[in-house]
Amino acid sequence: MIHPIPPGTRDILPDEMRELRALQATLIEVFERFGYGQVATPTLEYDEVLQRGEGRSGVGAYRFFDERGELLALRSDMTIPIARLVASRFADSEPPHRFCYVGNAYRVVRPQRAQVRQFLHAGIELLGSPAPEGTAEVLEVLSASLDAVGLNRAVLGLGDADLYRQLLTELGVQGEHRGRILDRLAEHNLVGLEMAVDEVEGLNAHGRETLLRLPGLRGGAEVLDQARELGGAAVERAAQRLQQTYDLLVKRGVAGRVQLDLGLLRDLGYYTGAIVEIYDPALGHILGGGGRYDDLVGRFGSPMPAAGFGLYLERVHVAQMEEERVVREGER
Amino acid sequence: MTPPTVESPIRARLGGPLKLAIPRGALWGETLDALDGIGLETAEMRGDSRSLVFDMNGLTLVTMRPSDVPTYVEAGAADLGITGKDVLLEQQGDRIVYEILDLDYGACRMVLAGRRGDQSLGESERRVGGMRIATKYPRTAERHFEQTGRHADVIEVKGSVELAPLIGLADGIVDLVATGRTLKENGLEIREEIATSTARLISNRVSHKLRAVEVDDLVERLRPEAGR
Repeated sequence: MIHPIPPGTRDILPDEMRELRALQATLIEVFERFGYGQVATPTLEYDEVLQRGEGRSGVGAYRFFDERGELLALRSDMTIPIARLVASRFADSEPPHRFCYVGNAYRVVRPQRAQVRQFLHAGIELLGSPAPEGTAEVLEVLSASLDAVGLNRAVLGLGDADLYRQLLTELGVQGEHRGRILDRLAEHNLVGLEMAVDEVEGLNAHGRETLLRLPGLRGGAEVLDQARELGGAAVERAAQRLQQTYDLLVKRGVAGRVQLDLGLLRDLGYYTGAIVEIYDPALGHILGGGGRYDDLVGRFGSPMPAAGFGLYLERVHVAQMEEERVVREGER
Repeated sequence: MTPPTVESPIRARLGGPLKLAIPRGALWGETLDALDGIGLETAEMRGDSRSLVFDMNGLTLVTMRPSDVPTYVEAGAADLGITGKDVLLEQQGDRIVYEILDLDYGACRMVLAGRRGDQSLGESERRVGGMRIATKYPRTAERHFEQTGRHADVIEVKGSVELAPLIGLADGIVDLVATGRTLKENGLEIREEIATSTARLISNRVSHKLRAVEVDDLVERLRPEAGR
């Protein structure tokens, strides 16, 4: 007799479990080697606490009342709980703090989209270490993690979350137009972006061109020069931030797999400065992401710069299988 | 901290030629024209070939229903695709793809239409609180009424939607019109315009990053202003 489970959840059977366990062990080993100690936080948190961290965000959490009428939420990522943990438990100790995690997180889904409600997330958080050094360290750990799990071809897209907010301020774009332009950029809808930009009254031709050309700039260090040619203080500052991080990545030997991307914008509300997405040529989906969230821990009362990344383990597992297939087919 | 373990500069490349999903149906002819315009030889495809996959000039063309294009592109089974904005609107929020270029052809409008001279759309709204609307685009229709602060009972149909108001299934329809001839022949008239649509080039998120040079090259060639 078949007893259903909710769509977007699944049972994991021994063969897959064995591989996932090995994958987790490999990652934890890398994280620990870089000095990141594993922590676990509750799956359930007070909704009010998670909301405090979220800011403006499109991520929907499952919420419900407990037997006392308290509003609880299933965590929708691991970063906010760890920010809470650091602010509550490590307020008196000297930063930086290095933590890693593996755990399930939960997000509401739209039906029939093959979206998951529950997903396994693994990653690190480096709290109390500012840009660019802290960012570079996080990316080095990320790069070592990808290699350790056999994704040698994986690429790190590196962008800047503040670029467009600052650029729009510099261009004097406010209110509704500003929101619409940021939304189109986050969706990467370049057709809609052009329409939204053309609706802004009093935007000069140069500002228009900057807004339309920047999102297409992605590649090696040369894209920073291309961005600078567009000019403006906001672009210059973002290019400088990216350049500083990139230079450190060159020193750490990971710049070769980094793609600088001025079109990158992640939709989580708490990012500031550097943002990262992880791609592998064997998979059409993003394997994970991360970035700086310098304001987040401060929302819990202990201001400190911070950065981290999270990998969607199930996707990493699929990419691993696909990469093995590529190798096998190459040998034939 | 342990010394870095990563040294080799790796620049990943997805293998093989770029895969472009192209729509059969209403956009088919103009899509082939556009591809001819960038130097592809589509004569073979214009015949009554039943093949679904064509290799030409370093590009793999995959043919499918327009509404399947975002599905293939989102999954990365195709790197890029061409489909109508109407399809993207209907699947908005469902399929995460990058919309990167307006190809300008295949222009049509999503409209609300009712029977010519008939007041039942307004009357239903006034007297029973909502219109009954038949459509092949239920999500676009629902969003339109929601955004304009009205209520409608949206009824999804798969076939000729013009039939619905003629025999009383619905007060009106939401449908895509190019010339408006089908509406006219069925005694229907446009009441509201909901959106305009043209053919769009969409991209898989990972392909757009990892095959940036090839993608950008194709975008520039397909750009309508390039006079393809």
